Amino acid sequence: MSIWNEKYETMSRPELGQEQLERLQQTLGRVYRRVSYYHELFNRIGFDPLEVTSLDDLKKIPFTTKDTLRIAYPYDMFAVPLREVVRMQSTSGTTGQPLIVGYTKNDVEHWTELTARVLAAGGVTKDDIIQISFPYGLFTGGLGFHYGAEKIGASVIPCSDTDIDNQITIMRDYRTTSLCCAPTFAALLLEMIDEKSVTPAELSLRRALLGAEPWNESFRNEMEEQLDLDVTDNYGLTEIMGPGVSYECGEKKGLHIAEDHFIPEVIDPKTGELLPHGEKGELVITTITKEAYPLIRYRTGDITSLMTEPCPCGRSLVRMTRVFGRIDDMIILNGQNMFPAQFEQILTEVIGETPNYQLVVSQEDNIDQLEIQIEVSQDIFDDEIKTLNRIERGVAREVKERLDFVPRITLVEPRSIVRRMKQSRVIDLRKPE
Amino acid sequence: MLRVRSLKSYYESICALKAVSLHIVKGEIVTLIGANGSGKSTLLNTIVGLMGRTEGSILFEGREILGVPPSDIVKRGIALVPEGRQLFSPMTVIDNLILGTYPYYSINNKKRAVDRIEWIYELFPVLGERKRQLAGTLSGGEQQMLSIARALMSDPRLLLLDEPSMGLAPKIVESIFETLIDLKKKTDLTIFLVEQNAKLALDVCERGYVIETGQIILSGDRDELMNNKEVLRAYLGGD
Repeated sequence: MSIWNEKYETMSRPELGQEQLERLQQTLGRVYRRVSYYHELFNRIGFDPLEVTSLDDLKKIPFTTKDTLRIAYPYDMFAVPLREVVRMQSTSGTTGQPLIVGYTKNDVEHWTELTARVLAAGGVTKDDIIQISFPYGLFTGGLGFHYGAEKIGASVIPCSDTDIDNQITIMRDYRTTSLCCAPTFAALLLEMIDEKSVTPAELSLRRALLGAEPWNESFRNEMEEQLDLDVTDNYGLTEIMGPGVSYECGEKKGLHIAEDHFIPEVIDPKTGELLPHGEKGELVITTITKEAYPLIRYRTGDITSLMTEPCPCGRSLVRMTRVFGRIDDMIILNGQNMFPAQFEQILTEVIGETPNYQLVVSQEDNIDQLEIQIEVSQDIFDDEIKTLNRIERGVAREVKERLDFVPRITLVEPRSIVRRMKQSRVIDLRKPE
Repeated sequence: MLRVRSLKSYYESICALKAVSLHIVKGEIVTLIGANGSGKSTLLNTIVGLMGRTEGSILFEGREILGVPPSDIVKRGIALVPEGRQLFSPMTVIDNLILGTYPYYSINNKKRAVDRIEWIYELFPVLGERKRQLAGTLSGGEQQMLSIARALMSDPRLLLLDEPSMGLAPKIVESIFETLIDLKKKTDLTIFLVEQNAKLALDVCERGYVIETGQIILSGDRDELMNNKEVLRAYLGGD
């Protein structure tokens, strides 16, 4: 679990502040000169990039939202002519129309450096065989990690999203030591082990690096115990770059943000007010090295909080807690805000592991109703009705106690809820088609 | 070592430097490239205290030097090799060198100055050969060496060079730069090099900044700048 870039990852805070100010000033000047959206915005609010004297001045600029990027589709947010762009990637379109993001040669170099940091922090070295099970293509996960893994010098298996049986055969035969994938894929792997399609002893896996979707501590524990691995979390989003924005170190307590490339803030998603460190809110990121697609105060839609306490690993970079959920996944039920992660925690505690589940919101007689569909394993399903009742009652009781309403609970057979990466846990039938 | 934050510098009411921030770490060679009139020399002149109206902050080894008189800035360890050499032509090589000992020269103790001059002659043997010659009669390359040598006489920790390649044949420039790099290796001298000749500057530096109309528009390590299409097109003659 080594530090890939000693200079920047362990830089003193005053030095880092200086780098950030320099890069921020250059970025603000560049977007003002090159991106018509920012040019007009700065003019409208009377913001002069040349008057920026401290990082605090960033607060004077309004947030950039996904809607702005959608209006600018395809190329209007680019800060360089297309002849300088060497790569295009696209967002997954989880919450609407996909966006195009461009990279210059330097952007790709930086991205490579950042995914190398993620991999090194997770323990990957040049001696490892790494299986990248993120889709290759427009999605940033595959190619992003691929370049970083090659930079480290690991032996890279670009598995992409081929079917799980094939992946496991490769994992076993090629003696994969490191797995880079989404939690959805990791859950499938655990299921295959449950079903005895493969045994942990047949695999050479020593670590897994999970990202691209929210997941939780109990899943980490389950995976680490079953497979005797180190499992670390990483975070990124295509609009900002892709994977490599933040990453866990061996301490596994929060994800270090690559602050030499990104300035993080956490805001109250309702009021837009800046929240003090430690408070949970929406993550906002300003890129300070991006050439092709720089974004100023971009609202990521992800819920987290910032931790400024020094980390024993030696990195001076600020940490964020693992992403709790997305603003878009927030369920407003009879006026109350809830996140899938809260239900996930209850399910995990009652059942003893994290099940595949789905939340279905509907409305009857103007009252919001919530149904929790829980996939239970074949073992539980075949078991006595008593166990099923215990789960149903347990979940209902905990939800009532913690979230103050009574859900409808439906237990469903294994593999009856579709698993797809980046798929929302929430189906809201109240929304008009 | 040097930390410049949001520096502004004015000629009368004209703002020639606009919120310039940059830093130099001990032992680095950092370059600043930019076209004529972009603010390169103004920045160096501001660092050494030659500009009248300024705002912002310049920390040198942790202490503020903005507003400090130039003579004290030299004493703190910064020396400038000015654009166009600015030698005293009617004076001899050795006299020009002695002028560089100003921060520590004393009539009763000339040992330090004498030792330093001996050291300079080892570094630039041609200056030793011509020590009694008038500075104005030296060739362009020799004059540039003398200008650098004079700055080194003050025993600086940070050396600022303003367009040392100007008006010199490539071969001479190369030899001057070789001497500087060699010196940096031996003494851990820190160098801030301002150049119009971007190719040359990028060849020798570790990191660099690009200045345009008084603002820093880009920074990065050597490879990042070489990769940047804007730098390629504007300064390196690329497509």
